[in-house]
Amino acid sequence: MLRVVVRRLLQMVLTLFALSVLMFAWLRNLPGGPAIAMLGERATPERVAALNHVFGYDQPVWVQYGRWLGRMLTGDFGTSTSSKMAVARELSQAFPGTIELSFFALAFAVALGVPLGYIAARYQGRPLDSGVIIGTLVGVSVPVFFLGYLLKAGVAVRLGWLPPSGRQSAALDATHVTNFFVLDGLLTREWDAAADAFMHLLLPALALGTIPLAVIVRITRASVLDVLNEDYVRTAEAKGLRRQTIRTRHVLRNALLPVVTAIGLQIGLLLAGAVLTETVFVFRGVGWLLADGIQERDYARLQAIILLAAVVYVFVNLIVDLSYALIDPRVRVK
Amino acid sequence: MQARRLKAAVAVAAAVTLAVTGCAESKRGGEKSAKSTLVFGAAGAPETFDPTFATDGETFRVARQMYETLLDHKPGTAELSPGLAESWEPNDDGTAWTFKLRENVKFHDGTDFNAEAVCFNYDRWHNLDTEAAQAQAIYYLDVFGGFKSNKGEYGETPYVGCEATDTHTAVIKLKEFQGKFPAAFSLTSLSISSPTAMQKYDADNVVQEGETFAYPDYATKHPTGTGPFKFVKYDEANETATLERFDGYWGGKAKLKKLLFKTIPDENARKQELQAGTIDGYDLPSPADYQTLKDEGFKLEIRDAFNVLYLGINQRGPAKELSDIRVRKAIAHAMNREQLVKTKLPEGASVATQFMPDSVLGYADDVEKYDYDLDKAKALLKEAGAENLKVKFYYPTEVTRPYMPNPKEIFQVLSDDLAKAGIEVEPVAKPWTEYLDAISQTRKHDLHLLGWTGDFNDPINWNGTFFGRGQKGFGTEGMKDMFAAIAKADSIVDQAEKESAWQEVNRRLLSEWLPAVPVSHSPPGIVVKGNIKGLVASPLTAEKFNTVYFS
Repeated sequence: MLRVVVRRLLQMVLTLFALSVLMFAWLRNLPGGPAIAMLGERATPERVAALNHVFGYDQPVWVQYGRWLGRMLTGDFGTSTSSKMAVARELSQAFPGTIELSFFALAFAVALGVPLGYIAARYQGRPLDSGVIIGTLVGVSVPVFFLGYLLKAGVAVRLGWLPPSGRQSAALDATHVTNFFVLDGLLTREWDAAADAFMHLLLPALALGTIPLAVIVRITRASVLDVLNEDYVRTAEAKGLRRQTIRTRHVLRNALLPVVTAIGLQIGLLLAGAVLTETVFVFRGVGWLLADGIQERDYARLQAIILLAAVVYVFVNLIVDLSYALIDPRVRVK
Repeated sequence: MQARRLKAAVAVAAAVTLAVTGCAESKRGGEKSAKSTLVFGAAGAPETFDPTFATDGETFRVARQMYETLLDHKPGTAELSPGLAESWEPNDDGTAWTFKLRENVKFHDGTDFNAEAVCFNYDRWHNLDTEAAQAQAIYYLDVFGGFKSNKGEYGETPYVGCEATDTHTAVIKLKEFQGKFPAAFSLTSLSISSPTAMQKYDADNVVQEGETFAYPDYATKHPTGTGPFKFVKYDEANETATLERFDGYWGGKAKLKKLLFKTIPDENARKQELQAGTIDGYDLPSPADYQTLKDEGFKLEIRDAFNVLYLGINQRGPAKELSDIRVRKAIAHAMNREQLVKTKLPEGASVATQFMPDSVLGYADDVEKYDYDLDKAKALLKEAGAENLKVKFYYPTEVTRPYMPNPKEIFQVLSDDLAKAGIEVEPVAKPWTEYLDAISQTRKHDLHLLGWTGDFNDPINWNGTFFGRGQKGFGTEGMKDMFAAIAKADSIVDQAEKESAWQEVNRRLLSEWLPAVPVSHSPPGIVVKGNIKGLVASPLTAEKFNTVYFS
C-alpha cells in the first residue's frame, strides 16, 4: 500500500513538472501581456516596459521559470497583476467558494443520483426506468453554461426566487472567517448571511450538478443491474435473508464501487464545469478567477490556478484509487 | 467496533466545531437600515485604496468618496472649481502655483489639513524612490514625467518643490510652465492623504520582488483622506468595499450612513442585480438596456460625453497608400458617421469633428468636417491612384468601452461604408488585450478603432496623448511639425493665446495631418433605483455620493 502511494506521488511530481513547463511556455506566448491589460488605452511602450520590468516579465522565459519555481516551492505564488493581491490570498478566498459550490453540486448529484439509479434498476424496463433514462440523457447533453443561463434567466430574473449572481449580498455585511460563506454564517451565528449564501449557491450548484447527476444515475443503474444478477445475490435470497439486508449489504455496497470511481472522475469535471458555472453566475471562485485571469493576462494567477487544478485532479484520482481498498477488501488484499 | 468509530468521529467533529465557533465572532457593525445604506454595483474591484497607484475608474470611484484634491470640478460639469484649495493662482511665467487652502478641514484620523499636508503629499510623490512605486504611480508620471531620482526610463520632472508659506497657503514650484496645470491638480491620483496616516502605515513601501508584490497597509487597510466618506473595510472574498459617513467633513455631510461598492464584473449581472433589488445602482448600463431600465422605473442619468472614438489610420502599415493624405481624406469622406451615431450609438451621442469634446479648451468650430460624400471619396482615391485600396481593419471583441459600447457593430457599419467607396476591407477581430497589443506594438494593421475618456480638462490630455509624439498605431513617427505644434500650444501660459494655439492645432490636425478620423462622442449612462435622489452625473464619471439619499 505504502509503495503504491509513494510511486503515485512520484508520478504526480513528474506530471506536474511537465505541465508547469508547458503552461509557462503557453502563457508567455499569449499575445498582449499583463502590462497592456493593466494599462488599457494608456499602454504606451515606455509604460509597458516599466511595468514588465517591475514584474520581471522582461527577463528570458527560462529565468522567469526558474524564479517562479523557486518561489512557488516556498509557497509564494506571486501577486496578481489584475487585483494586485497575493495570489495565495486570492485563492484562499476563491477556493472555498469553488469547494462550496462543488460540494453542493456533488451532494445534489449523489443524493439524488444514487437512489434514482437504484430505483431505475429495480424497475428495469418499466415506464419509471424509461423516464429516468430519458431524463439523464437530457441531463448529460445540456451544456453547463446553457443550463446556467436558462436557470438564471428563468428562476432568478423572471421569477425572482433566487439571486442571479454572486456569492452573497453585499448589504448583509457578513463576517468571513473561513471564506466558506455558508459555514461562516453558521459559525458567527449570522443566520441570515448563511441563508443568503446558501440561496446564492442553489442555482449554480444545480447547473453544475446536473451532468454528474445524470452520469451517477446511469452508472448506479447499470452497476445495480449487474449486481442483481450475481450469484451471491441469488444465494442470499435463497438463504432467506431479509430483502432490506440484501439490498443494502450486498447489492448496494457492491454496486457502489464503479459509482465511487465515477464520482472521482466527476470531481475533475466539476472543476472544469466550475469555470463555466462561475462565469455565468459571476460567482467568485477559482473558475471565475481563471476566466478573468486569461482576459487580464494575469500570469501569476494563471500559473497558480492551473497548477492547483492539476494537483487537485491528480490527488483526487489517487484518493479514488485508495478508497477502493476501503470499500472493497479484495483490493486491499492484492 | 463500528459504533465506537462513529462515536469517536462525532466527538471529534463536535470538538472542532466548538473550537472554531469559539473564535468566530460576528464583526457586523451597527444597525442596518435600508434607507441609509447604498450598495453600488462596480464593474471591477478597487485595486488599491491609495489613488497614487491607481489607473482605473473603479478604483478612482471609491477613492473619490474618501479623498479630495486641490482642485475639483463643478458638479455635473468638467469645469474646474475649488476643491481643498479655495483659490489658485499661477505667477507670470507659470512656474509657481499658489493655493489658498480651505480652513477647518480635518482628515479622517482627526489631524488637520493644511499647507504642510499638501506639501507633504506632493513631496512624497516626487520622492517615491522604489522602482515598483514609480512604475505604478502612472498618473503622477503622466503629469510630472519623472521623479527626483528616476528608477526607470522616465523624463526629467518639472517639479522643484512645495512651500507652505503660511498655514493655509501652499506654493508648488515648477521648472517650467506646462499646459496641463492647473487642470491636472484635479486628478484623483493627486488626492491629498493624511501625512500622519501615511507615515504610520508606511504608504510608500510598495514591496516588489519578481512577480511578488505588495502594497503597504496604508493602501489596503488605512486610507485616510478628507472626503465625505471614510474607509471601513474591504471584504476581499465578497469583493465589497464598505465606507461610512465622515461626520467631521467640512462640507455638505453625507446623507447616507453607509456606502458599499460591490464588484460585479459582468454588465448583464449588474443589471439583473439591480432588477433583483440587491444593488441600488450601477455604472455604464448597456445602451441596449436603456429603455427597459426606464420602463421598469429605474432612473437613468445620461452624462455629457467626455470621450472620443476615432478611427486610427496607420501610415506605416501594410497598405502603403495610407501615407497619402488624400487617401486618408477619402476614408473620412466615405464614413457615414451621422448614420452610425443615429443607429448604433446611445441616445445623446454626437459625431466628433475633432479629437476632443467641445467642453475642452481649444475646441475649434471651423475645422474641416468631412461630410459623408461617396463621390468625393472615390475621386480622392482616384486622384491618389489608390482605387484598388485594400485595408486590414482591426477591431476588438469581448469588450465595451464608454466611447465604444459595441465595437463589432461599429466596425460593421464603418466597414460597409468603406466598401461602398470601393475600398476592400479585410476584417481582423481580436480580444481586447491582444487587440491593444496588435495595434500599439506591431505594424500589421491599417485601420483600428480606439478612443479615450478624458482624465482632466486640458487639450494636452487629448491631442497630446494621441498625437504629441510618434505612435506605432498611427505610424506617425515622422510627423515632426505636428509634435512641435502641440508642444508649443502646451507651453503657452496666457489662456486666450493658449486657446487659439490649440484651435490652430485642431484645424491642422483635421486638414493637414489627419492621422485618424474622429468618429463620435458617446455619453455614458449611470442608473439607480427610482427612489434615489441627489445623484449628479459627472462627465468625468466622478460622481460623489455625499449628496445622494433615498426619498
